[in-house]
Amino acid sequence: MQTSDSNLISAHARAVIDEWLAKYPAERKQSALLAALREVQHENHGFLTTELMDAVAAYIGLPRIAVYEVASFYSMFETKPVGHHSISVCTNISCMLRGGESMLEHVEKRLGIKVGESTPDGKFYLKLEEECLAACCGAPMMMVDHVYHENLTPEKVDEILGGLA
Amino acid sequence: MSATLTEAPKVEDLVTIEVDGRPLQARKGAMLIDVTDAEGIYIPRFCYHKKLSVAANCRMCLVEVERAPKPQPACATPVMEGMKVFTRSAKAVSGQQATMEFLLINHPLDCPICDQGGECELQDLALGYGSAVSQFTEGKRVVRDKNIGPLVQTDMTRCIHCTRCVRFGEEIAGLRELGATGRGEHVEIGTYVAQAMTSELSGNVIDLCPVGALTSKPYRYSARAWELRQSDTIAPHDCVGSNVHAHVKGQVVKRIVPRENEATNETWISDRDRFSYQGLGSPDRLLTPRIREAGQWRECDWETALNTAVAALQKSGSGLSALASPSSTCEEFFLLQRLVRGFGSQQIEHRLRQVDFSADSNEPLFPALGGSLAELERADAVIIVGGYPRHDQPLINHRVRKAALRGVPVIVIDTLAQDYNFELADRLTVAPSRLSAALGGLLRACADASGKPDPTAGQYAVDPATVEIAQRLQGCQRIHVLVGSRVHMDPQRGVLLGLLGALCALYPAQLSLLMEGANAAGAWLAGAVPHRGPAGRALATVETHPKPAASTYLLLGIEPSADCADPVAMRSALQRADCVVALTAYATPELDSLATLMLPIAAFAENEGSYLNGAGEWQAFGAAVKPPGVARAAWKVLRAIGAQCQLAGFDAVGCEEVARELHDACDTLAPMPAAYQLLPSTAEDVVGANTLERITQVPMYRVDALVRRAPALQQMPQAGDELVHVSPRTLERLGLADGARITVEVGEVKVATSVQMDAVVPDGCCLIYAATALAAGLPASVSVTLVAAGGRGD
Repeated sequence: MQTSDSNLISAHARAVIDEWLAKYPAERKQSALLAALREVQHENHGFLTTELMDAVAAYIGLPRIAVYEVASFYSMFETKPVGHHSISVCTNISCMLRGGESMLEHVEKRLGIKVGESTPDGKFYLKLEEECLAACCGAPMMMVDHVYHENLTPEKVDEILGGLA
Repeated sequence: MSATLTEAPKVEDLVTIEVDGRPLQARKGAMLIDVTDAEGIYIPRFCYHKKLSVAANCRMCLVEVERAPKPQPACATPVMEGMKVFTRSAKAVSGQQATMEFLLINHPLDCPICDQGGECELQDLALGYGSAVSQFTEGKRVVRDKNIGPLVQTDMTRCIHCTRCVRFGEEIAGLRELGATGRGEHVEIGTYVAQAMTSELSGNVIDLCPVGALTSKPYRYSARAWELRQSDTIAPHDCVGSNVHAHVKGQVVKRIVPRENEATNETWISDRDRFSYQGLGSPDRLLTPRIREAGQWRECDWETALNTAVAALQKSGSGLSALASPSSTCEEFFLLQRLVRGFGSQQIEHRLRQVDFSADSNEPLFPALGGSLAELERADAVIIVGGYPRHDQPLINHRVRKAALRGVPVIVIDTLAQDYNFELADRLTVAPSRLSAALGGLLRACADASGKPDPTAGQYAVDPATVEIAQRLQGCQRIHVLVGSRVHMDPQRGVLLGLLGALCALYPAQLSLLMEGANAAGAWLAGAVPHRGPAGRALATVETHPKPAASTYLLLGIEPSADCADPVAMRSALQRADCVVALTAYATPELDSLATLMLPIAAFAENEGSYLNGAGEWQAFGAAVKPPGVARAAWKVLRAIGAQCQLAGFDAVGCEEVARELHDACDTLAPMPAAYQLLPSTAEDVVGANTLERITQVPMYRVDALVRRAPALQQMPQAGDELVHVSPRTLERLGLADGARITVEVGEVKVATSVQMDAVVPDGCCLIYAATALAAGLPASVSVTLVAAGGRGD
């Protein structure tokens, strides 16, 4: 029906997808989609392309649009090219009260980009934070490549970002 | 509820509920909205549609249910014993009004320039449930429009996310093209990546969309709902006979929409039925009679034209031959055959793509499904042989799909591996020369499996694939064998039908003949074949094959090169004839060069008459608009010619009178099933390194003169192309690159074109679309030779 090159998916990613597919009944293979997209995005340095989504659709055997729907719904999937390291600085209520906004400002100044942008070298992506990341006890906080960093100070932020390859 | 197969519920399955104080009986587990709809109790809704799954996402159908803490959506609330429902209570109405307020937050106030204005579900319900003043002062959301092809116009800012179109794609069209991407306020309905909708049923989303987000592109900005007059007619392209409304402004058909008829088209129509009306306004419509005198065409009045026609017919006598479109009406066929036979000729034909007439005496009374369309859904196995109902009869494919979704095995035996919008249980794809062997093998395997003697006495070999199919069919009670267009076009049609007839006799299975055009069944009953008169009356054996050359041809609604099996032979026969009288809606360059006289006739919605559909239902229709110029309904033209020729039986005053005569003739008919006989196969292998077997498909949007003139449909991929389609392996063997320029050779005829790589085609074969300029240049043949342009001439 739709011809797409599922060869775009690495052998490792295929193995991961197969593992997830095995967990669900054959007629519910859509359930493996989240895990598949996560793996493929990870291998592609943090974002999905239409070709990769088509490849996932072909590999799992889903209509392409079903993959686009899921990838565009979840905030952890990026469907446009972004920097390698994903940084989300929380500015929700608790973090805001504890200086989250100035942390964000600091990150923006350090990287020279605004929230929602990536650095020209493709290294960093300052993601638009969607909602509270549920770490109010350690406010202000940020998430870098899925790792939480709490009780932030400008120095601590510098140290964390400086330590990224 | 989409399940139409429900029988009357048993008493123990019924519950009693009360709606607005009215006690009602309802089937246990039924959704509230289905119960209230059946009782005529109105509940507003957007996302609910009786043919689609329940989404419950618009919340417009909120009602109050006693003891439930909040209003409940009627579309997703199953009825329970003793349930008390209030559809108009303060709580229900406040829920409905709040929903409406939410839906209107982001909906633009562009009703004055919206095509849906005046027939919009949102507009209607806003009148009943909306507030006059909006509390919303923030900026409205704007969504960029997508181009999803030439048929459906998008204005996505108007979308209320009911997802009817998305569910339609998945559940009915079987092709998920539209989806809801993004989240929350950013949800958009679309294809995500820019692409056109390609489903053959895509236009139905226009009807489904409750707002003006998806509207008809060809109809856009051309009329207002309240200016339109609605007439009933029947779609003229396939044997489904979809019931449609023609929406007319002045004397112009502005659009075609489905008319609900559960027995034929349910609530759907194919895109071909929906958009072909565009062909009515084609610039090449013939508006006045034209006559050729001394090589020059001139327009003339009807009197001159009819006098000329009558003189030509009288001169030809029994040398008269009539060729009619298989989508002509029963009345046209009936009068045409009476005219032809009145002159002592038997040469009348509507099977213009058929080349093998060896089964003529074994044909049924008329070719049809042999049952209702709904029976197809109740089949327990379906075999599709040599045809592509998905394009040839889209709504028959839809019924088969419904069966397939229930888990019924569908088996395709064909010469092309075309895409189906459901899972096939088995598929045999063979070269045309192997089709009889495949069917013979299946017949033998099925006979073996059911412990019966092989009717062909071991003439054909079985293989594992046919054995597997035979095993699948074991124990099936309601097998339908659908015989498609490629069998009817096959030079071995009689052999194939003999095998299929024997196969059906084993079980017994239902042999269903899917013919070209809207009224092949009517053609047979009306006597538009050489060897049978009206009502199946057998006539003295006539020489039908090869046909004697006629001195005068009468053409009814056909384009000779596009509609006939052998365009080259057809043209040459017409060229040699003394006189060619064309009853046609279009003045084509081809008729300019071949015809002697062109008589303008009504097309589609301008015409009146009746069709007999594949389910054997007579469906009469009247004219929705007047024909353009001085064109007349063809039955009137035929009546005038017949009467002027002093022939008997041409005095009907109304169209119904012609039909009545035919009905009377058919009323007392005994059933006359098909009696196909086993015939020896004469299939021959194709020889020659560059010679490929030829496979034909009439493109969905090139089946008749009307649809060929619908510009929007001609932009669709289903309109076919002028290329020679060859499998990747065969291309490699021929040493040709995809897209390479080639010359196609059939005997002495050479036509230049290109090859197209196409995995649908079996190795050693090629697909050439019929009704194209390429096919028009080629004589009928079982094979063609491909020669690289400027290259090897071996």
